Amino acid sequence: MHERQLEIEEAVVPAARGRAIVITSGKGGVGKTTTTANLGTALAMRGARVALVDADIGLRNLDIVLGLESRVKHHLLDVIEGGVTLEEALVPSKYNESLVLLAAAQHREKDEVPTEAMTALIERLRERFDYVLVDCPAGIEHGFRNAIAGAQEAIVVCTPEVSAVRDVDRVIGLLGNRFKPQLIVNRLRPQLVKRGKMLSVEDVNAILRLPLLGVIADEPEIIITTNKGEPLALRRDGATGAAYHAMAAKIAGEDVEAPMVEVRESFFGRLGAFFGGKA
Amino acid sequence: MERSSSFPIVKKKVGNVSTRRIVVTSGKGGVGKTTTTANLGAALAMRGHRVVLVDADIGLRNLDLVLGLEKRIVFDIVEVAEGRCQLRQALIKDKRFESLAILPAAQTREKEALTAEQFAGVIAGLDEFADFVLIDCPAGIETGFRNAVAGAKEALVVTTPEVSAIRDADRVIGKLLEVPMPISLIVNRLRPEMVRSGDMLAVEDVCEVLNATLVGVVPDDEEIIDTTNRGEPIVLDESNRLRTIYEKIARRLEGEDIPITSFEKPTFFKRLIGAITTG
Amino acid sequence: MIEFFKRLFGPSDSGATAKQRLQLVLMTDHLALAPEMIDAMKRELVEVISRYVEVDRDKVEVDFERHDHALAMMANVPILGVARPSERPSERPQERAPEAASAEPVAPEAVPAGPAPLQQRKRRKKAQRAPA
Repeated sequence: MHERQLEIEEAVVPAARGRAIVITSGKGGVGKTTTTANLGTALAMRGARVALVDADIGLRNLDIVLGLESRVKHHLLDVIEGGVTLEEALVPSKYNESLVLLAAAQHREKDEVPTEAMTALIERLRERFDYVLVDCPAGIEHGFRNAIAGAQEAIVVCTPEVSAVRDVDRVIGLLGNRFKPQLIVNRLRPQLVKRGKMLSVEDVNAILRLPLLGVIADEPEIIITTNKGEPLALRRDGATGAAYHAMAAKIAGEDVEAPMVEVRESFFGRLGAFFGGKA
Repeated sequence: MERSSSFPIVKKKVGNVSTRRIVVTSGKGGVGKTTTTANLGAALAMRGHRVVLVDADIGLRNLDLVLGLEKRIVFDIVEVAEGRCQLRQALIKDKRFESLAILPAAQTREKEALTAEQFAGVIAGLDEFADFVLIDCPAGIETGFRNAVAGAKEALVVTTPEVSAIRDADRVIGKLLEVPMPISLIVNRLRPEMVRSGDMLAVEDVCEVLNATLVGVVPDDEEIIDTTNRGEPIVLDESNRLRTIYEKIARRLEGEDIPITSFEKPTFFKRLIGAITTG
Repeated sequence: MIEFFKRLFGPSDSGATAKQRLQLVLMTDHLALAPEMIDAMKRELVEVISRYVEVDRDKVEVDFERHDHALAMMANVPILGVARPSERPSERPQERAPEAASAEPVAPEAVPAGPAPLQQRKRRKKAQRAPA
């Protein structure tokens, strides 16, 4: 009786599996790839084993944001079609020991990847990595469906602009309840929010109504680091680097505040409001 | 803002100048295709042409939103293609302009809802209503892109001076040249101060790398976000320099040879420092 | 503070870095999109080299190596024989003696300094190979 109980307990303990998180938005250009690269970097800097998967087949860019474009020899479709092993295709990061990239194919199309194959691939990666972050392409068609296949969680990236909010709202609808989506508001410009010329985080989330993972301000540093292929999260100093590390901690389950961007009312703003002018 | 008389929708074309059909595309999402389509279309309309803007981003429409016409949509392009309404019924005239109308995308369908032939057929039907048809292309290079291109005879490729955008633009240019189709380039969201400090690619760099004919350079302008929020194209703002810039692009499309303003002349201070440091 | 002075006194080079990386990545992207062009290049390469030395056409390999700052084409062309200068294959482009085709292959970078291939063949085992 005692032995049988032990047997049963062993049978139900599952093998440790990593978390597969898709980074998505619907709208292009809001910062999915940058977010994938930086969150992945921050998680790896905490010691986790992280695999980044570029699902933007045909228009890959995760490799270039990580500075790995000259080191990609094989891609996701090569693995799925059996041409190379997964090990051969994974490209180690230049900067983090425990971070690898699985690149997209550049001269193929998204339709060529069967969804079941993506799911199986993500499963295999989950067996070897603590986190599998999937960079989703823009749109809501086959490429999107493939990117979410195999993922259990989603991070939704949105900028404080009406077009983006509208598209993201559509994507949240398509994701349904399964993915426990969290929101990152990217490219906030506090000065514009203060002057009433940009949506605030509250405005955005009043529509999207998701748990907030964090807010990132628009910074020229992002362009510079992409130019160089050195993700900003490599540096813990600076507001944006710190924000990515805070978000990584939050993802890892630490009880930290979601990083925010202060929108302080200026002295003149308050003065203007006092005199009845526009804030 | 001009209030115009009714759009002569059933007026036949005078003379035999064929309708210009231009697809506005980029590959990368979020570089400003929709904003460019809206403002360039408005500028052309302000110069007296009859302009129809077509939103080819089925499922993630935004052209209506950017122009503030979202509440007036009754029919969309898919319904036209499926014969459930007349083309004329789907066109929404923008009352701020003499001769600007949009053909909205469907929101609850997907890009596969239309074949390339159907799309091209709808565009051909616009010949009697328009001197210029601008097609706002979705991000990517799959079905949505192919459909949008099928309806066009020339292409306007929009890129920002950033690595990922330029790489995607290169891919798109390659695909367009296969059709083949004449291509003009717009460099959007230039930040001259970052070019001066060496942190951003200069316009010449972009043109050299892409080997395309430049038809416009649009600097980054924080007012754009606000105009999108309000649904008021920026060319309506007489105090904003982008109005003149889009007007000049319109004139270049008409065939006028206007030199492109350089935003990148070094400031006096920088030249001074340059002189001191180089000796 | 140092960053401030770097910005003030010298151009940052991230823009230049970006341009260089972009040019390299586009070269690679273009190559990946043109397998027919690479095949044609390989064929013509073999034709040109064949005018000077005899090559094993089946075993020619062409590859592109990318490094962080450069792209290079690497070609491995096994050489089967090098005729005497007076008997250069370019003198007789169409014909090739059947014996020469079965001579033992020489390492790509080595040019035999010893006896001519015909004599070598008599002393060594004939390699089992169909004429290229």
